[in-house]
Amino acid sequence: MDNTYFEMLTYVVYGSAILLMLIGLYAVLVKKSLLKIVIGLSIIDSGLHLLIVALGYLKNGTAPIFSQGFFDLAGSKPMVDPLLQALVLTAIVIGFGVTAVALSLVIRLWRHHHTLSIDEIKNLKW
Amino acid sequence: MKKILVIVLLAVVGYFLADVFINMGFGNSKFIQNAEIKPVKDDYLQKTKDDLKVSNTVTSIVVNFRGFDTLGEVTVLFLSVTALGSILYRRRHHAGDRSVLFSASSIVTAGSKLIFPPIILLGAYVFIHGHLSPGGGFQGGVIIATGYLLMLLAYENYTVSHKSLTIVESMAGITFVIIGLMGFMNGGTFLQNFLPTGTLNDLFSGGVIAIIYIAVGFKVAAELTGVIYTVLNEKGEQHG
Amino acid sequence: MIYFIFIVVIFLLMLAAAIYAITQKDLLYAVIATGIISLILSVVFYILQAPDVALTEAAIGVALTTIVFIITIRNTVRMEDESDKDNNNLKSAAK
Repeated sequence: MDNTYFEMLTYVVYGSAILLMLIGLYAVLVKKSLLKIVIGLSIIDSGLHLLIVALGYLKNGTAPIFSQGFFDLAGSKPMVDPLLQALVLTAIVIGFGVTAVALSLVIRLWRHHHTLSIDEIKNLKW
Repeated sequence: MKKILVIVLLAVVGYFLADVFINMGFGNSKFIQNAEIKPVKDDYLQKTKDDLKVSNTVTSIVVNFRGFDTLGEVTVLFLSVTALGSILYRRRHHAGDRSVLFSASSIVTAGSKLIFPPIILLGAYVFIHGHLSPGGGFQGGVIIATGYLLMLLAYENYTVSHKSLTIVESMAGITFVIIGLMGFMNGGTFLQNFLPTGTLNDLFSGGVIAIIYIAVGFKVAAELTGVIYTVLNEKGEQHG
Repeated sequence: MIYFIFIVVIFLLMLAAAIYAITQKDLLYAVIATGIISLILSVVFYILQAPDVALTEAAIGVALTTIVFIITIRNTVRMEDESDKDNNNLKSAAK
């Protein structure tokens, strides 16, 4: 790819990752149904993982795996940062665990109050 | 009124975030101006190729250089599965079979019985060859759990014995900790490599990395199958 | 130039699915849109030369998160602004 297109790719990748995080944050702050809030949490996680992996990309880089094809090229290509990928691997699994526990709490709340709107649940005390 | 306030706040947050990241740049090596500071990733790549002789760098970082974080992650996954099982607890006589509106068609039942063994084979291949090609324990475990999910959705009376899942998961976790404690043998530290490392791109290379990843693969597969089995057996109320 | 257009179209699809997921009243469609976000994100991880992360995101984000959401929808409400309280009041008032 030419240089001007690569300059524009900076705005595209970082801009869409930050925009994903902002869309998820909007859903957490404004929406009234509990299930929409949990969907917003999951979207924030996705945007964050994209932002972290996009930080470690090098131009004309290759994947950090020492295979036979890499040795044939005699190491002419630089390697992408592998430490950020290890962090994101852990973060994806833990994000799934948090989503599963949050959804089980939503089911439990529905069984008790029979409504999922946060306005109603704030008003009822027992 | 509330929506306009939220949009203004998000615009301010987004502007400052974008300012930091776009000034950092995308796709350039950030320390290329200052030649004395060497980034950490060069050290990791060098040690993986020469000392450990493992092909996949991400595997060597997750299991060997930052192995204690993987132990913490396995613990967090175990805690979340326990919390999910205890929050959705019902008494023994309320939890019944799975109630479905209409059973699956004949294409689904015939096809899922045919494709279930290749899915298990693919998952086992992915977590055994974790140090040679992209993959590893977490990816292989999730693929096996997806295979069991397919069988649970296609057949109404397909059961997985909950007791054997618990035994497999506990044994795999204990194996991980015992291998870590065996690193103390030659005067080393917790989770140190004590088996000999072979040649690059061989199946028996990397010492203790392959054994740890196989244990993690079994543990994640058993855990996620237990989660799906617990969640699918909830008695739902019918609503239109 | 053609690669640049492909990459921009992929990112625009991801943003469109995100906006669809939070403004749709039928919750089942919103959950499927979340699955589409994870699927496109897995392709983007492959473009950024990270195959391990792409495998993990495709397996966890598409299959497991969607099934846990759908089981929650089965045990609770289907539309966003529906609850069980007004049904009970109507039934007891009509008696």
